[in-house]
Formats: sequence, C-alpha cells, structure tokens
Amino acid sequence: MEKENSGKDDNQVLEVAMEAGHILLENGAEIARVEETMERICRHFGVESENFFVLSNGIFVTGSRNEEHSGGQYAKVMHIPVRGAQLDKVVAVNQLSREVAEGRYDIGQVKEKLEEIRRMPRKSSPVQVLASGIGSACFCYLLGGSLVDSAVSFGAGFLLYIFILSAGRTHMSKITKNLCGGALVTLICILSYRLGIGDDISHMVIGSIIPLVPGFAFTNGIRDLADGDYISGAVRLLDAILVFLCVAIGVGTMFIIYHRVFGGTLL
Amino acid sequence: MIGQVIAAFFGTIAFSVLFGVSRQYYAYCGLVGGAGWWLYLALGAYTQCTATEATLFATFLVVLLSRFLAVWEKCPVTVFLTSGIFPLVPGAGIYWTAYYLVTDRPGEAADNGFAAVKAAFAIVLGIVLVFEVPDKVFKVRK
Repeated sequence: MEKENSGKDDNQVLEVAMEAGHILLENGAEIARVEETMERICRHFGVESENFFVLSNGIFVTGSRNEEHSGGQYAKVMHIPVRGAQLDKVVAVNQLSREVAEGRYDIGQVKEKLEEIRRMPRKSSPVQVLASGIGSACFCYLLGGSLVDSAVSFGAGFLLYIFILSAGRTHMSKITKNLCGGALVTLICILSYRLGIGDDISHMVIGSIIPLVPGFAFTNGIRDLADGDYISGAVRLLDAILVFLCVAIGVGTMFIIYHRVFGGTLL
Repeated sequence: MIGQVIAAFFGTIAFSVLFGVSRQYYAYCGLVGGAGWWLYLALGAYTQCTATEATLFATFLVVLLSRFLAVWEKCPVTVFLTSGIFPLVPGAGIYWTAYYLVTDRPGEAADNGFAAVKAAFAIVLGIVLVFEVPDKVFKVRK
C-alpha cells in the first residue's frame, strides 16, 4: 500500500468513503454497516484519525492523516434524504468493500466502481407494480383469504403501486401518500365486494394494504436499536409507526365514508 | 397449510423484488419467508403456543436462516431478513384495529391493537436475541 499519500489523497479517500456511506445509507443499510464500511475504506488507504457520525439521514465526517498534518483537515456534512431501499446497491458496496480490504483496487478505481454502483438501474415500474400485485395476492391468501379474494387483492395491490409510483414523482408527503393509499385499496375492495366479487372484504383489504406496511423501516429500526444506535433506531421506528397509523386511518376513513353513503355495516 | 406456505414463499419474493434485491437471491428470500410462516402456522396448529409466542419462535427461525445465508452468500443479512420477516409483521393487526375502531367496537379494537403490539415486540426480541449469537457460529464450510 502507498504510504506516501499527500493530504490531497487523504481528502480523496475520505470523499470516497463518504460516497460509499451515502450509497449504503440511502438504500437501506443499517447504521453499523455504514460506519464499518467507511472505516474499512479509510483504514485500508492509510487515513488514521477520521471520525464518523452517521444518522439515519445524514453523515458527518472529519479526518486528517495524523495529528501533525492538521493542515490537511477534511470535514464534511452530508444530508441524505430517506428514499426507497434498493438492496442490490447495498450488496454491491458491501462486496466492493471486501475487495478493497483484499487490496485489489487503488483509490481511483474504487471511485469509478462506486460511480457504477450509483448508476445501477432500479427495477422497472411495470415489474414493481406486478410484484406489488403478486405480493398482495399472496398475503391475502396466506392470511386466510379465498382465491377470489386473492384475485381482488392482486388488482388492488397492482393499482395501489401505480398510485405510489406516481405519488413519488410529485412531492406528496409520506403521511398523505399512506393515508390515500390505505383509502384507495379499501375503496377498490368495497367496490368489488359490492359488485359481488370476493367473499370476505377484510381479507381482501388486509392483503392489499401489505405493500404499504413499513416492514423495512421497522426491521432496520430494531437492528439499529440493537446495535446501540438509538437516535437512528428511534427515528426509523417512529417512521414505521407513523406509516402504520396513516394506513389504518386511511382504511378506517374509507369504511366510515362507505357507511355514511350506503348506510348499514359491511359485515 | 401447504398452500399458505407456498403463498408466503412467493409473497416474500414479491417483496424482495420491491426492495431491489438482485435476482440470484430471490429463492433464498422466499425460502426464509416460507420457513418462518410455516413454523408460525405449525406452532399455532400443533402446540399450545399463543400467536405471540409463535411469532417469537418464527422470528428466531427467520433471523437464524437469514444470518446463515448471509455468511454463506457473503452478503448483508438485510437482504434476506427484511423480506423474510414480512409475513410475520402484524399488518393484519392494524387493519382489524382500524376496522373495529370505525365500527364502534373499542374493546375488540384494543384487543387487536394490543395483539399487534405484542407481535411487534416478539419480533423485536427475536431479532435482537439472535443478533447476539456470534458470527462464527454461522461459518459452515462451503
């Protein structure tokens, strides 16, 4: 390994570590992994006195080669908004950091690799919409729905994700999105139930709201808490709880509207 | 039960697609989700376990399998865990809570809400405990 790095190279190393951390955090890695990966990259390229502070939506870094080189101080704060997870990027960065630790790349190559990872495409919209529909149908069935219920859930989950994707393009708040999502699937299920398609409205709705359930934030929040990253864990759990509540309110509101319009209860 | 486990298998895969998991891991994700749901159903059907206890043990299985696969495939455990745990997350609980709230049955709403919270805590406990197991336990020679 090159031991004669100048201060400029150190900055580059920290820049690259930051980029790796950014990709990981943005795509749903847990805090401990982000910190570990950034540290691994810095260690390997000989940056010693770096400090990271990683939160669920930001990274703070300071660093220098050693105490005497205080002239080459590096400091950066990066805000990273929470976006949809894309786990194949997490896998790719993880793999890259392994290979870096084995000494396969110099810092320039790592930078190029990270650029490549950043450009990895998302699954196309039709695939996501289809997956949402299939997921809804499967969950409807596994929670006790009949095959007809599952078919309705498929349709509702399918339309729900079209709504989610188009809501993602506008700047709709998360709260509104989940409220409307919950209301939308309930509306679809009520309509098909009124038309005589489907045996049990409850199973249909349960299956269809599953794509909205914040299982990802929930699991990651727990893991951050278990690692002792209380701030990030708490933020992610709060996020999950908020989404849970919004979906529930959306579903409940639509039931009330239905009740007011048509009178009589559902079951 | 077989049908439900198969549904869990494909449902989990559908969610791993939504989470952007690469294609080569789909089958593993489905396996984890299906196994977790199978254990949950089996404990409910053949033992005295309550739903909360069944969720706890199923979570153990899901996390153990995920960690084993993570070491085996040399990739982050998140890939298998987040989609594999999905069938156990009390999504149905929030529905019933909302449903009973709007149909003016607060007692049942409270029961269901409380059950959902208990299931959530079982999942928390399951994940936290299994992550205490040291990594080397999962290092089986390939």
